[in-house]
Amino acid sequence: MSDNPLDRYEVVIGLEVHTHLKTNSKLFSPAPVRYGDAPNHDVHPIDLGMPGVLPVLNEKVIGLAIRLGLATHSRVNTRSVFSRKNYFYPDLPKGYQISQYEEPVVSDGWLEIEVPAVSEGGGGNGKKTGGTTIKRIGVTRAHLEEDAGKSIHDVAVAGADGTHIDLNRAGVPLLEIVSEPDLRSAVEAGAYLRTLRSILRYLEVSDADMEKGQFRCDANVSLRLWGSEEFGTRTEIKNLNSFSNVEGAIGAEIIRQAEILDDGGEIQQATMAYDVDRRRTRVLRLKENADDYRYFDDPDLIPLLIDEELIEAVRADLPELPEQKLVRFRDQYDLPAETIRILVASRPLADYFERCAAACTSVKAAANWIGRDLRQALSDGGRGIENSALDAETLAVLIGLVEEGRLTAKNARDLLPELVAQGGDPVSLMEERGLEAVSDAGVIDEWVMQVIQANAGAVESVRAGDDKPLNFLMGKVMKAAGGKANPGEVRTRLVEMIRDSA
Amino acid sequence: MLALCAMSRITRKDVERTAELARLSLSDDEIEAMTHDLGRILDHVDQLQALDTEGIEPTAHAIPLATPLRADEASPGIAADLALSNAPLQEGYAFVVPKVIEGEDS
Amino acid sequence: MENLEAQRAALEASELSSLELVSAALARAEAEGRSLGAVVGLRAEAALAEAAESDARRRAGEIRSPLDGTPVLLKDNMVMQGEPTTCASRILEPFVSPYDGAAAERLQAAGAIILGRANMDEFAMGATTENSIFGPARNPWDPERTCGGSSGGSAAAVAAGVTGFALGSDTGGSIRQPASFCGVVGMKPSYGRVSRWGLVAFASSLDQIGPFTHTAREAAWVLEAISGHDPRDSTSLPEKSPDLVSALTGDVSGLRIGLPKEYFVDDGADSGVVEAVRQGVAELESAGAKVVEVSLPHTPYVVSTYYLVATAEASSNLARYDGARFGRRAEGVGDLDSMYRRSRSEGFGDEVKRRILLGTYVLSAGYFDAYYRKAQQVRTLVRSDFERAFEACDVIAGPTYPEVAFSLGARLDDPVSLYLGDIYTVSANLAGLPGISLPCGQLQGLPVGMQLLGRSLDEATLLRVADAFQRRTDHHEQSPPRAR
Repeated sequence: MSDNPLDRYEVVIGLEVHTHLKTNSKLFSPAPVRYGDAPNHDVHPIDLGMPGVLPVLNEKVIGLAIRLGLATHSRVNTRSVFSRKNYFYPDLPKGYQISQYEEPVVSDGWLEIEVPAVSEGGGGNGKKTGGTTIKRIGVTRAHLEEDAGKSIHDVAVAGADGTHIDLNRAGVPLLEIVSEPDLRSAVEAGAYLRTLRSILRYLEVSDADMEKGQFRCDANVSLRLWGSEEFGTRTEIKNLNSFSNVEGAIGAEIIRQAEILDDGGEIQQATMAYDVDRRRTRVLRLKENADDYRYFDDPDLIPLLIDEELIEAVRADLPELPEQKLVRFRDQYDLPAETIRILVASRPLADYFERCAAACTSVKAAANWIGRDLRQALSDGGRGIENSALDAETLAVLIGLVEEGRLTAKNARDLLPELVAQGGDPVSLMEERGLEAVSDAGVIDEWVMQVIQANAGAVESVRAGDDKPLNFLMGKVMKAAGGKANPGEVRTRLVEMIRDSA
Repeated sequence: MLALCAMSRITRKDVERTAELARLSLSDDEIEAMTHDLGRILDHVDQLQALDTEGIEPTAHAIPLATPLRADEASPGIAADLALSNAPLQEGYAFVVPKVIEGEDS
Repeated sequence: MENLEAQRAALEASELSSLELVSAALARAEAEGRSLGAVVGLRAEAALAEAAESDARRRAGEIRSPLDGTPVLLKDNMVMQGEPTTCASRILEPFVSPYDGAAAERLQAAGAIILGRANMDEFAMGATTENSIFGPARNPWDPERTCGGSSGGSAAAVAAGVTGFALGSDTGGSIRQPASFCGVVGMKPSYGRVSRWGLVAFASSLDQIGPFTHTAREAAWVLEAISGHDPRDSTSLPEKSPDLVSALTGDVSGLRIGLPKEYFVDDGADSGVVEAVRQGVAELESAGAKVVEVSLPHTPYVVSTYYLVATAEASSNLARYDGARFGRRAEGVGDLDSMYRRSRSEGFGDEVKRRILLGTYVLSAGYFDAYYRKAQQVRTLVRSDFERAFEACDVIAGPTYPEVAFSLGARLDDPVSLYLGDIYTVSANLAGLPGISLPCGQLQGLPVGMQLLGRSLDEATLLRVADAFQRRTDHHEQSPPRAR
């Protein structure tokens, strides 16, 4: 038997994503949605499940749910119903979670992901062709529900005998987005999650920050023999909170299930946890005593009715989606595919690029500066594009200086960290620091001549047809120029003057 | 007024399972009594099975309204001290419950 | 000076101050209120201070409403910030509310003086006010008899003249039935009329707060004060508080009173009760109303439907009492599971446990369709019965309860027969309709209640008929021997 379980089994994966909606207040209470506050500081009696409290739906979430519905080509249901999911847990204050069950707000859609292309014929032997292909993944449904609070088990915080309960997160609005079991590998699962997260951020539906727990994933995984029509028994891996954990957990679970099946065993329906350190999944609890959540319509809430007019208004207001932007950028800008992908990955970055390009003489220069140097400077400074002190129009000025030859690319690059952190006017900065490139041919020739005279050996090699020492000589000239000379010009003059000095 | 038939289908086991779901502990005597009482009640409500409700929409609310909405404006809620003022046990600003064993989570 | 109208007149004529009125009420609450088991908690100091403020308002000519300065009791399931709310349950014994409920807020905005809390069946589950950690509330007409329930403390307190009015809550008759047993007026408004914010839920789709008074006119004053839209309750009607007092014209000529034939069957209510109700209807007829027969064919099914819906909702509503964040946690629990089990088992009484179990059972996998969903469908049929009946009549009349107040302890061992007594009251909750019970006679020295049911939101007609009846009769002026 081959070592690769994928040769024997087809992997079937469905994902459930819980994403925090971008609101000021909670789903059913006016308490603020904040992260990192002291325990139980962002709570209202509603979030505590106090006797006599009642839920009232936050208007904002409806528009956000519609946006996601439209972006995933789903049906936005004009009537949806809030139900109670009953179970006891100490971070679930009411003893039930208000969710949507039989009638969710969004259903029956899809989104497209880009996955590595495999050769025809299926099987585990599909070979990568090196290219990518587009795959459509079904979105079963998306429904609104409230988040639970947090249980803090950490012995250092809660001691050996107790668990601490913090209800700041209780009632934070969630959209649970459930995919069809259309994903066939950990890589596809990762691509689906990245695509979904990008859509959520584009639409400003969610910040989807995984570190803050705003974007969490449960993965349903099963295996079946290639060619089998029926799904295998699936397990559910809970609470995966990073892309690498999702991919790692699915990979580990595939191996675990394959080992059981290879030994002639049966997969038991179970809830799994992923142990990051050991890179293994383990059973949290079996589902043989199926949970009985006793769902029923919440009598405190009346069905949510959404009229077509509202759906159309949201549609009209829908920002350009990543896939649409990608196509437009390809049509509109003559840029390498990889650069476009980088720019389009985030809506603020794409918007920044478009503003900068409009102010620049060269679109290509804008793309290169933003795609490479600016992103580097931002990442070094630990900031996002949203809080860059250097706006797109000012960056265009800086790029202009380079394009005109007034500032060398290196000096411009060196200014970026400061501009990104503190802002400032590139022209005055250049002048104050005396960075303006020297374009006076006489001055450059003087530096070149000095270097030629001082490095006779290297010059001789160049003359003999060896170009390697040229870079060394270039470096000497640039050093003499204090970085202020245009490297292209220096190189031209160097070559000419070596030739002429023969 | 309403005939009660003597047939009782709910068993002790059903009552035990239901008590489990409802997180109630019942003594043997209580289980016995509840099995008897619930059996009598269910025998009576079984009369509904005689009604033809095919195609009848269920009523969850007596009023035909759409759910009202609240503007997304945050207000401070209540002070943490007040939130915790009824806590049977607290530490700092956290409610404290006996240790939760992993896996009990749903 | 024990009914609201007289209190109001005395205050307006400056014959009495609110301070005097409230002091006297506090004294009665400590005496009759406690001995009847009707009053379970008082906020004497705050009430006296508020009475003094009311007197100052009156002197300044800034009276807020007809209720300004008058004392009132709240059923012990309506929260008020800084005050205990127990629902007569051990599990909520230590609870002090961190927020204000709508009923308390509205009453205080109207200037009424909240005296304290009235006894009730635990979590409003019961028909006798015997399921209470405070012990039973007793009927002022005969202390060996029940005052009804679950809002029995409120009814008994008003009947005994402790306060001129009180609030109760009605999920399946819990205002109307004790009003009937105690010889006072009790009204359940249309569902959504009065905010449920701060009312500890029993069955959310059925619960509604309403007043106990001696007269329909007084009920109109109270209802005007406490009703109206509340954005904190999603089931609160978007309507403004209705103008009810101006509807009390005393004129019922041409109005059609429907008598459901199913309410007057041979093996139905006690014949003496039926007789008293028939006389009451005859009185309205002589005032010009037209009596018509109507049919509510699903009447035999309403009790079953009600107990399935109510207990299902209750099983979920009462899940929050788990010993984690508030209320009583059992002593010495070492693990989470025993915290839940022991806190709940020690904290809830038998009737509450019985209903939680029934509700949990009917919602559980395999039974949901046969019981809960079926009941919701029959609920639709019950609503249609009323829609059809109200095409032929404007108000439906009948007995509030099949009998008069029975002895304490008589039904403790027989939950089913106690449930069956709710046959006339639960329909109004299932259909969301307003209902009122008013005294219409006596049987063996005990009051008999007549129930009137109206169209949804048509409290005005209901109160007009009840008021017209009281203008022509003196049943509401009878007071129990102890209060005489």
